[in-house]
Amino acid sequence: MEEITDIQNIEVASETKQFIVIKIGSEQYGIDIKYVDNIVRNQRITRIPKAQSYFKGVINLRGEIIPVMSLRLKFGLEPDEYTNATRIIIIKLEPQSAIGLIVDEVREVVDLTEEAIEKNTTADFNDEKAQYLSGIGKNGESLISLLNIASVINDKEVM
Amino acid sequence: MWGCNKMDVSQYLEIFIDETKEHLQTLSDQLMILETEPENMDCINEIFRAAHSLKGMAGTMGYKRMQRLTHDMENVFQEIRSGNMKVQPELVDVLFRGLDALEAYLDNIMDSADEGTEENEEIINTLNSIAEKAGSGSDEATPDKTESPAEETTAQEQMDGIPYESIRITDYEKATFDKAKEQNQNIYGITVYLQESCILKAARAFLVFKALEEMGEVIKAEPNVQDIEDEKFDLTFSLVYFTKESLETVKTAIESVSEVKEAVVGVFDVKLEEGAAESEHDINAAETTVTEEYNEEVPVAEPVKKTAGGQAAVMTENKPAKKQNAQKAKPAVGRTVRVDIEKLDVLMNLVSELIIAKNGLVSTSASDGQVNDSSFNEQIEYLESVTTNLHESVMKVRMVPIESVVSRFPRMIRDLNKKLDKKMELHMTGEETELDRTVIDEIGDPLQHLLRNAADHGLESNEERIALGKPEVGNIYLDAYQDGNNVNIEVRDDGAGINVEKVKNKAIEKGTITPEQAAAMSDKEIIDLLFKPSFSTAEQITDVSGRGVGLDVVKTKIEGLGGNIECKSVLGEGSSFIIRLPLTLAIIQALMVELGTEKYAIPLGNIQTIEDVPLEDVKHVQTKEVINLRGSVIPLIRLDQLLDVEAVEQEEESLTVVIVKKGEKQAGLVVDNLIGQQEIVIKSIGNYINCSKMIGGATILGDGEIALILEVNTLV
Repeated sequence: MEEITDIQNIEVASETKQFIVIKIGSEQYGIDIKYVDNIVRNQRITRIPKAQSYFKGVINLRGEIIPVMSLRLKFGLEPDEYTNATRIIIIKLEPQSAIGLIVDEVREVVDLTEEAIEKNTTADFNDEKAQYLSGIGKNGESLISLLNIASVINDKEVM
Repeated sequence: MWGCNKMDVSQYLEIFIDETKEHLQTLSDQLMILETEPENMDCINEIFRAAHSLKGMAGTMGYKRMQRLTHDMENVFQEIRSGNMKVQPELVDVLFRGLDALEAYLDNIMDSADEGTEENEEIINTLNSIAEKAGSGSDEATPDKTESPAEETTAQEQMDGIPYESIRITDYEKATFDKAKEQNQNIYGITVYLQESCILKAARAFLVFKALEEMGEVIKAEPNVQDIEDEKFDLTFSLVYFTKESLETVKTAIESVSEVKEAVVGVFDVKLEEGAAESEHDINAAETTVTEEYNEEVPVAEPVKKTAGGQAAVMTENKPAKKQNAQKAKPAVGRTVRVDIEKLDVLMNLVSELIIAKNGLVSTSASDGQVNDSSFNEQIEYLESVTTNLHESVMKVRMVPIESVVSRFPRMIRDLNKKLDKKMELHMTGEETELDRTVIDEIGDPLQHLLRNAADHGLESNEERIALGKPEVGNIYLDAYQDGNNVNIEVRDDGAGINVEKVKNKAIEKGTITPEQAAAMSDKEIIDLLFKPSFSTAEQITDVSGRGVGLDVVKTKIEGLGGNIECKSVLGEGSSFIIRLPLTLAIIQALMVELGTEKYAIPLGNIQTIEDVPLEDVKHVQTKEVINLRGSVIPLIRLDQLLDVEAVEQEEESLTVVIVKKGEKQAGLVVDNLIGQQEIVIKSIGNYINCSKMIGGATILGDGEIALILEVNTLV
């Protein structure tokens, strides 16, 4: 967490955006850093009965109750296997309504310039994940699928 | 000392609004009484006083239109008071309309700190013509009573000598006087009389000081400057003043300050201080006279006085509105709770106890490094009782009597009386029942709706009532009372009751239910259909109620407050709507239970009893499990199945059943284990998770674990 804050404080060129790179399965995803409130280790999750299947439950983060969603389940992948690298990324789109996303691993923070982001993603992504992406980022050799956070967490559809 | 001289009324705005509300309520209550007892002199006086205070306050705050309207209402009452006219029903109607207009002004002020532009000419004209009719019959035409009694006082005081003459000068001050004389300065004694309608006396005094200090120097004031700042004076104060200007200039300068009635300026004759006693005596005497004269005014000025305190805010007449306009976007006042000083004292005491408890713990743990178990437990128990009390007291601070909402209803029913041409009476009990401020703010509209419903649809017309052998005048009851952790508010009428057949037909006609469904439904279930959206049984849509956005809105609102509503009705005898509201919102007592490995909280308010039921007592009715408990058949709810809890393999001979109730309905919740009763803080689980409303929230237990709170109302 401290590390991230430090990076945030560094002056960046106006056209670059910072993304936190996470890993789910074999793929890398990027989350715009401005939505990220905190990154915490996996902790005890209290199950909520009758909730949408991809909601694992709620956690107690310093007295605040935060619902936690599994990105794996949301994307239709195998259920999470909790390891030492598992993290919960706390996202705050609006104050007072935080939500946690369970990811396999948090890798790094990257700066992407406008040119390095490919917005047009329709061709390659026919699967259901496509609706949750806002573009593809090119970071050196690797490609990062950039998540459209609002559509990931605001999707009210019951699965 | 008079540091702030920019014009600012915002600090008085809240007081103004609070007091205006109070005065308007008094007016409304008294007018209701007056309508039935037109000769009640106490009541007339009370109205006159309230109108007069309102006028003064509105004037001070610069709300001219409001001032004008209250002024004219006051004039009418002056006529009534002096016996020149009698109270007529038409007059009461006009006064009620005036009252509504004043409320409209107040609403505007609350939103934007501006009274708005509605002149209400028509009401004013009607009032004036009434007053004139009466006035022409008497010898004096609407006397301006704000002036006359004050004049008498002045005259009286002048006879006794002008107050400034009693100012004594100490030896030390004498030196300054000599110096001033050397510089050819004039030494004047000044006594300023403020108008008795003046509310912000300290502010006026400040203006006087300011005007004087431009031309010379104020040497001494009586009462002293600090007291004047704190408004510890009546309507006069005296000064000793050095200046090179003439008497007349000084006098004009002071009198140009608004709300200063008169300034008496004279050459000051230096008297040395002889004995404090004598001068004090003089002042006291003067004060007594003043106080007696203005007895009526004192209560008005007082509350303002307290807050106005040492801060001198200066106002000119019409600027406030303009200034506030800039910040129109947000409401002009914050939400406040007026707290009884006693409640705060209790809080204070509890906090001190908390500190004592903490100290006890500190010393227990500090003593010889070893924790003595029994004394430690003792301290913990003490701490527990203190925090429980503290919680209760803090909740009480948030509590407001329901009176503040229901007090407007008698007036509403009176209006409905005329509008619907039905005779009816409203009987209210339990106005002192207290509810959380947030609930109070929201409950007004639903109650109003239910009352209107009762008046419009519930009660039959007078002719029908006579034909049915009922008393001609219909009765509507509004009862509020506490019931465990809930407050119940019941709206009842003795009218026709709900015609179940009619509701049934209507529901079928609207396609809400099929005829087959209807046949299988109990009367109660059919009555519950009334709470479904867009369902109004009134055949005729009236202005009063029945726009089709009825009971469902009421229900939604009440459920939003964590409460529920139920309807009972007996055909021909009347119907009643019972609203149950939680006493407090954030912290509740709950029973902690275990299901498998998970912990859940059941609000204690919902729980009736806890039973140990042997397995063989569980019966099956239509594949549903029920138990027969002391004569009533109660359905069982297997919580572990309902909540998909992983079953723990254990066959037991009996079930632990928590009997809960929702209104008349009961149900038995089967749980694995009871943990115990605990005070829990309700936290929201947010809007993202959709769990069919079975979970009302969550709470964090002592060890950081989360327990979910069951929403019994959706389970049953």
